[in-house]
Amino acid sequence: MTRLMTNLYDSSKCTACRGCFTACKDSNQLPAVFDKSYFGGPGNGTYDSKDGDTDANTYMMIRFNETEDPVDGVRWNFLKWQCMHCMEPACLAVCPKSAYTKLDWGATFHDEDKCIGCQYCTYACPFGIPKYRKHTDTVTKCTLCYERVAEGLTPACARSCAPGAVKFGYRDELLEEARIRVKFLRANGFPRATIYGETELGAGTNKLYILTDTPDKFGLPVNPQVEGNTVFWQDWVQPYAGWLIPLALGGSAVSFVTSRVVANKNEEHGKGGHA
Amino acid sequence: MVDLKNTDVALIMGSNMAENHPIGMKWLGEGRRVRGTKIIHVDPRYTRTSVVADLYCPMRSGTDIAFLGGMINYIIQNKLYHEEYVKAYTNASYLVADGFDFQDGLFSGYDAAKRTYDNKTWDYQYAEDGTTILKDPTLQNPRCAFQLMAKHYLRYDIDSVVKITGSPKNKYLEVIKLFATTSAPNKTGNIMYAMGITQHTVGSQNVKSFANVQLLLGNMGRPGGGINALRGENNVQGATDMALLFHIIPGYIDSPMNTAAQKNLLSFVKAVTPGAAKVPATNMAEFRAAVAAGIPNSGFKINTSKWVVSMLKAWYGDACTEANDWAYHYLPKRDAAKNYSHIAMFEAMYKGEIDGLFVMGSNPVVGGPNANKEQAALTKLKWMVSVDLWLNETSDFWTFRAWERPHGGTHHTETFEPKDIQTEVFFLPACAVYEKEGTAAQTGRWVQYRWKGADEVGQSKSDLWIVDQLSKKIQELYKGSTRPEDEPLTKMTWGYGHGEEPEPINVGLEYSGYFVADGKPIAGGFANLKDDGSTACGNWVYCGQMATKPDGSLLYKPQKRDNKDNSKTGLGLYSNWGWCWPVNRRIVYNRCSIKPDGVTPWEGDADRVLIHWDPTNVSDPTKPDVVGAWVGDDVCDCAKTAPPDKAVPFLMRPEGTGCFFAAKGSFKEGPFPEHYEPWESPVKNLMNSQAVNPASKIWEPDKKGTTADYPYIGTTYRVVEHWQTGALTRTMPWLAELMPNMFVEISEELGAIKEIKNGDKVIVSTTRGDIEAVACVTKRIKPFVVDGEQQHMVGAVWQYGFKGYATGDPANRLTPHVGDANTMIPEYKAWLCNIRRA
Repeated sequence: MTRLMTNLYDSSKCTACRGCFTACKDSNQLPAVFDKSYFGGPGNGTYDSKDGDTDANTYMMIRFNETEDPVDGVRWNFLKWQCMHCMEPACLAVCPKSAYTKLDWGATFHDEDKCIGCQYCTYACPFGIPKYRKHTDTVTKCTLCYERVAEGLTPACARSCAPGAVKFGYRDELLEEARIRVKFLRANGFPRATIYGETELGAGTNKLYILTDTPDKFGLPVNPQVEGNTVFWQDWVQPYAGWLIPLALGGSAVSFVTSRVVANKNEEHGKGGHA
Repeated sequence: MVDLKNTDVALIMGSNMAENHPIGMKWLGEGRRVRGTKIIHVDPRYTRTSVVADLYCPMRSGTDIAFLGGMINYIIQNKLYHEEYVKAYTNASYLVADGFDFQDGLFSGYDAAKRTYDNKTWDYQYAEDGTTILKDPTLQNPRCAFQLMAKHYLRYDIDSVVKITGSPKNKYLEVIKLFATTSAPNKTGNIMYAMGITQHTVGSQNVKSFANVQLLLGNMGRPGGGINALRGENNVQGATDMALLFHIIPGYIDSPMNTAAQKNLLSFVKAVTPGAAKVPATNMAEFRAAVAAGIPNSGFKINTSKWVVSMLKAWYGDACTEANDWAYHYLPKRDAAKNYSHIAMFEAMYKGEIDGLFVMGSNPVVGGPNANKEQAALTKLKWMVSVDLWLNETSDFWTFRAWERPHGGTHHTETFEPKDIQTEVFFLPACAVYEKEGTAAQTGRWVQYRWKGADEVGQSKSDLWIVDQLSKKIQELYKGSTRPEDEPLTKMTWGYGHGEEPEPINVGLEYSGYFVADGKPIAGGFANLKDDGSTACGNWVYCGQMATKPDGSLLYKPQKRDNKDNSKTGLGLYSNWGWCWPVNRRIVYNRCSIKPDGVTPWEGDADRVLIHWDPTNVSDPTKPDVVGAWVGDDVCDCAKTAPPDKAVPFLMRPEGTGCFFAAKGSFKEGPFPEHYEPWESPVKNLMNSQAVNPASKIWEPDKKGTTADYPYIGTTYRVVEHWQTGALTRTMPWLAELMPNMFVEISEELGAIKEIKNGDKVIVSTTRGDIEAVACVTKRIKPFVVDGEQQHMVGAVWQYGFKGYATGDPANRLTPHVGDANTMIPEYKAWLCNIRRA
């Protein structure tokens, strides 16, 4: 098996300069969605843009989580937010057109040419990451800069990070580095420092995080879950997709989901579809 | 900046370093990695810098002197200072003149009517020769600088200070104790500051307070130490070096005035050379002899005449001779009765005293204080030339949009219609920084050459081209004139290239200096400059940046790119990367990096020794009898062959030492920093009965807001997503997307009082004007408890204007025309305002 390569994000080093955000947009040639009526900016008492979530033209962003408690006082926890490139991706499991593939080095690759814009993945994703782009009728998300990696380069976000908070390398090495760093942080003022992404969702994710506090303080799900119907889809529906899809469409439960999808598609799926 | 990694404790105060100096922050991160650097952040707001700091302590804007005064008092009272350093390298032991006094916030010599001081008592005690300063090496004499300082700061006890600053007492003590650990001989501490320190009526004294702290702790002149001004633009250091200021000529020499006392070169150099006023010379030859013989208490500035004459030689060439007083009469002279600072210039413009204005790389309609008035001042001009990448708010100040005010309101402001504005505006498109060549000098004085990265767009031109053409055209217009008053133009040397495009290297050669006889660069540095017309040098501090290669071509040292660290102990000097003024010295005052004996490292600090005394070294092979020299990884900041007891560490001071007591004219408002409230403050001064700095400059006394109408503290700042006035970044879609709206930040407590929710449109007002903004109600801003009462703060980003994608009202429509006593820097950082829902 090819050695896994991944991003490590160290929240204790991030200064939220958002150089990664612009580097990502530059590398992927994503337009700024600048709508005068759109409030954005400091809309929620902090500096989140886009209401703190990715969208069809924003594959990654820095989230600003403001917390306060009597012991630590005010803390501002920054989080780099994008596709987690799960080891066992729910998006891949539910995609009826096999638009998703898991590259041997770890990236969850989404082929827009195969995508039919059905948006099942947007519901299945435990992090609510894939977003529907209306004018191409496809779903988009972070690519882990697979085309840069293929050329021997690092992903744009890691390349642009001045304080060295975002790194790219072999997953086993970065995991080792993260363990040492967390140990250091725990001894130096951050007793709840932790690694995120190592074992989450069972097999872990191919994005690793060093958090200075518990995941909920960063707006991350403490125990992310892939929903049951996704497992059902992967194990039962997909192998027989050819004949089961029309059949399933007749079923009331699935038609309910479908109608939600269609409705969403018409009004552009803006927010994360996940509760 | 690399040196930041050598520090044990970094105190970031009045700076949002992580946002505004992200690359510098990287080196503090490296310090954390290699030596466990602790970072302290002191600021009125919890910012992105606070996030990465180990310790954050809030402080009310404008109370830095109280905050640092308490620290100084604590260090002295608990004997935490670095005693050996203080005794050897500072003026702590110097006895101060008996006439010097301090009572209730006023030093001796105050003239209330003129709001100025006569500083003649701010001096030392001298022996009978009139020049030898009396000292008490035991620091016990009550008139020694150390004891006077201790007495001055005794009033700044912890409880009194936190009453003023509103800092939580436990956090404040933590800050003091942590930073004071750097007085240990094997530790150094670094202070980093920016506009949060300087943009006050006491800006200079805020920095002086830093100097007192760092001298007490023995942190100056050592790796990982020092006081570091974080520059807001990548070449602001270069701009001040080249005297883009109103009061100096290149190389930090006071600019000449039109007074009788400075009527010729001799009288001018007597005035600007410390200690030279008493020199009886009646002509330059006699003065030259006096300099050669040595002038007591002059310091290295004894050489000023050489720098001035070499500069005049560079500017006026053959027309600069002994016979015509070295062309001194060609130099423009300041009117002694006038003030030429930014505010004063706009006040004069407003009164119609100025006809024309060049605005280059500046955007005062957004960035100037009292921006409403400054915009109105532009309407009084006959013409204005705006040089920028594209039309910014200042270039377009005359348009309808430029005069729109929130809700159509004209609160305290005049508005104009384009048809009524007679100012003729010319716009010259300029190249962006990556589209032109030249040098930039950064925060650490490294001068680095930058090659062109992209071709210019359209007809845009480099600044050098624009200035070169302008000068040539003006000279052409005066060609053939025989009038003596035109000689400064007709006799001026000007030639920086062949054909139309000027060459930066030719400019570099002029300010590095050359021998007049053969035109060869003065590679040896400013020690070779002469005041006899044999050398020409545009800027003495840059002397030596140019040398000759073996093939005879020019070696322009800022172009060097050797990324090998020449420090044997890994300090990161990188002496062959670019060039550092003066004389490629990477860390100034480095004589202090070793004990007074010059050979013994500070205990446990052998790895941070920059230079040491080698008693057997012969530094100049042509003078074999001069034995003994300072050697090491850095260029020594003391006389190369002066033995340790003679090698003073602070060469540029007349005393040769670091000064706790800043004698004579060092500062306009006194030898020691004293706490005064900002011009507009919600509270009375708890330290003395003076309200504002008694020597500060107030232009519009009638515009002073009071708490009855304007109860809240206002302050301004930047965000990382936008740069300066936003002229560049608000037109970049990706950056505009990140910070699309002008916003102000308030605490949840103030939000509750004023019924303002997140995202609400609000109006912020002062006596100068009002602006509309989006409210950001946040936990990161807290009210300050000052003398038992809650004081609220409104924080405004000042980077918005009406051009570009991300737009909003300029926060500087709120800020006052009040200046620091020494620098005239506007008090952008603390004023009074009110806020309400729009």
